[in-house]
Amino acid sequence: MKTLAYALGIGVALATAVSGAADAKTLRWASQGDALTLDPHAQNEGPTSTMNSQIYDALILRDKDLKKIPGLAVSWAPVEPTVWEFKLREGVTFHGGQPFNADDVVFSFERALSETSDFKNYINSVSEIRKVDDYTVQIVTDGPNPILPDQITSIRIMDQEWSQEHGVEKPQDYAGEQETYAVRNTNGTGPFILEKRDPGIETVLKVNDGWWGWDVTDAKTNVTEVVYKPIANPATRVAALLSREVDFVLDPPLQDLKRIESTPNLKVQQINQIRTIFFGLDLGRDELRNSDVTGKNPFQDPKVREAMYRAIDIETIQRKTMRGLSFPAGIITSPGVNGYTEALDERMAFDPDQAKALLAEAGYPDGFGVQLDCPNDRYNNDEAICQATVGMLAKIGIKVNLNATPKSIHFKSLQNKESDFYMLGWGVPTLDSHYVFSYLAASEGSWNFTGFSDARLDELTKAMEVETDAAKRDAMIAEAWDILKASNAYLPLHHQVIAWGMSDGLELPIVPNDSPSFRMAQMR
Amino acid sequence: MVAFILRRLIQSLFVMFFVALVSFSMFRFVGDPVHQMVGIETSLEEREALREKLGLRDPVIVQFGNYIAKAAVLEFGVSYQHKRPVAEMLAERMPATLELALVSAVFSLLIGVPMGVYTGLNRDGFFSKMFLSISLVGISLPTFLIGILLIFVFSVQLNWLPSFGRGGVVDLGGWTTSFLTVDGWKSLILPSITLGLFQLTLIMRLVRSEMLEVLRTDYIKFARARGLSNRAVHFGHALKNTLVPVITITGLQLGSIIAFAIITETVFQWPGMGQMFLQAVTTVDIPIMAAYLMLIAFFFVVINLIVDMLYYVVDPRLRVDTGKATGHG
Repeated sequence: MKTLAYALGIGVALATAVSGAADAKTLRWASQGDALTLDPHAQNEGPTSTMNSQIYDALILRDKDLKKIPGLAVSWAPVEPTVWEFKLREGVTFHGGQPFNADDVVFSFERALSETSDFKNYINSVSEIRKVDDYTVQIVTDGPNPILPDQITSIRIMDQEWSQEHGVEKPQDYAGEQETYAVRNTNGTGPFILEKRDPGIETVLKVNDGWWGWDVTDAKTNVTEVVYKPIANPATRVAALLSREVDFVLDPPLQDLKRIESTPNLKVQQINQIRTIFFGLDLGRDELRNSDVTGKNPFQDPKVREAMYRAIDIETIQRKTMRGLSFPAGIITSPGVNGYTEALDERMAFDPDQAKALLAEAGYPDGFGVQLDCPNDRYNNDEAICQATVGMLAKIGIKVNLNATPKSIHFKSLQNKESDFYMLGWGVPTLDSHYVFSYLAASEGSWNFTGFSDARLDELTKAMEVETDAAKRDAMIAEAWDILKASNAYLPLHHQVIAWGMSDGLELPIVPNDSPSFRMAQMR
Repeated sequence: MVAFILRRLIQSLFVMFFVALVSFSMFRFVGDPVHQMVGIETSLEEREALREKLGLRDPVIVQFGNYIAKAAVLEFGVSYQHKRPVAEMLAERMPATLELALVSAVFSLLIGVPMGVYTGLNRDGFFSKMFLSISLVGISLPTFLIGILLIFVFSVQLNWLPSFGRGGVVDLGGWTTSFLTVDGWKSLILPSITLGLFQLTLIMRLVRSEMLEVLRTDYIKFARARGLSNRAVHFGHALKNTLVPVITITGLQLGSIIAFAIITETVFQWPGMGQMFLQAVTTVDIPIMAAYLMLIAFFFVVINLIVDMLYYVVDPRLRVDTGKATGHG
């Protein structure tokens, strides 16, 4: 028995070695953390979505500039203010051979709306989804929703029959004691087919030669196989790239980019990420929690906020702390988001003398003491940025006590509203400014820990939710940005930069959402 | 002997109970698991509902009680992040850790003991001095640095050995092994050296000092007087008598090798339990953390027990003593 097992083992090892040698082009890549699950509706988390988007398609896809392009839907338009109609692509089949039609779309949306789905908040405006005929569906929303097409780019389509056959009509619940079939098995319509899934160790995808999108959305890739291995330690990840054990590293540490670039046959690609880093100031309370100022809240004075803004030397942070890998920001959202303009992104000038004068005018000629809460494992060089800021604010007399903690503690204290002065970064999955206002600026925004509240901005936020006229809506967004920017409730720092390290022979367009699409890859 | 083992087992249960208690009281400070589980769009009410569902709003002592009750029937819950049974996940990861620990332990013994004997016998030899100086490096350099250095030299510069992962593994009915493929062995070299280097130097220095001590004793002089060969004196008499402390230390170190494999596993992306634990810490996956700590405590307890029993085998005096004690009632 033992000998048989040995023989089998060696046989298997040989077989894999031989089959790999054909004219197959294998793209091996690594990043810090593996997908948590392959169930496309169970976890709304970066690495999970990246992996699932290779296997499952959505009705609408995004190209390398993040523009919406037809996916499983060939066209879409509102037929009534609250009804969007989608014409579906014909002749598409799932990896398991089942034909794709309207039933699958209705099923998938209902699944994504179910209690255990992690995507229900993306589409919580959807009240009904109905099949008109085999290749037409209508999505009914509880009010006009101009950005529904943006929201549904994250909703991936599963096969109804397959899901029913394997008992995975609902995403898995935390209460479930066993993993469901969909966690490690897939059946999508996407450009790659799951070949092997070993969570945390290795995931192998092979190209779907019959994908509908070849020469429709993208030229056919010459990659035949994509092998993913998570490597948690950043130094090891870079070593694996330098020693050519992988062709592509999604998240090389910033300090190693020069090393990668200077290595022959390796290159680095950079782009601004859809994520902006900023400080929030709690101006809602009458007295700060951790400050030597009692009886009043210095942040309530606009002069104090402006002074703090002007005291931050963002150029130095960019040059020294970020090693050039950041774009200084004037508002808290990034290029690529609807509503962003270069004019808005202009910063107030760095001017410590004026900052000191402003503080004196506000009644704090000798400054005051305050605590800054910072994560130390969430954003690029987060703690170092805060340390730099502490020094800069000290120059105008504000004595900052830095409290840097892991993200699991930082975000908990934010949500418990325990912070006076904190660092936060914000990405925008819908690529629309409304997302920023509704979470960060509206009085009721669930991530607005500043206590900032403006009646006009609240009104605009509500109105842009239902305004379908693009020009009118853009005017509202512009007005809202002016209000928020003038308030200085948030002190913007910079837009984060993402950098991918890869071999020279790999052509893979970098995208600001940090999610590679291997359908666009070409290898030499 | 049976009474001894039983007593030890009962002690072990207490140890594990305390490990569970201490780790549980620490979990309150590692942060909010719910934040890691849901997207930013999730409302505060939904977060509260999830906390309620996971029992995170109960007092710590109630959570602890529930946990112990389940652990007693070997139920360790479901991972928050992966939504899979923790016992199953640990079982999947255990072979990688145990194989790595085993190879490093064997490596450190096979090299460490001869080096210790050599340096003990030739105190002033050139090689002895060299070994001792090199061993300082092994003791003083942190594991992750050794790992990175080895990767830099052997993977990046020379391109001889893989920098990460287990290479080719063969699944033998649930136990994945890297012992059966060349690739697997190649992948084992760097991590096991990294993990074993500290133990190697420890064993070498221990054997050396024990040898120096033993060589001064009367029975060695007597053995020489009897005209025994050097070989018989050194290995038959001296080395054998140094083994009791070496076994103790090696045994206890095997426990630490398994436990401290965390760092080596992370550096080499070795898919073992330690790496899973570290990931669980960053995502506040309490079920994994708790089960892992319990398991490591269990390993320590079992290894201790085995070490105690090995004394009986190696040291005849212990057997005689107990014999006497029972004899006199």
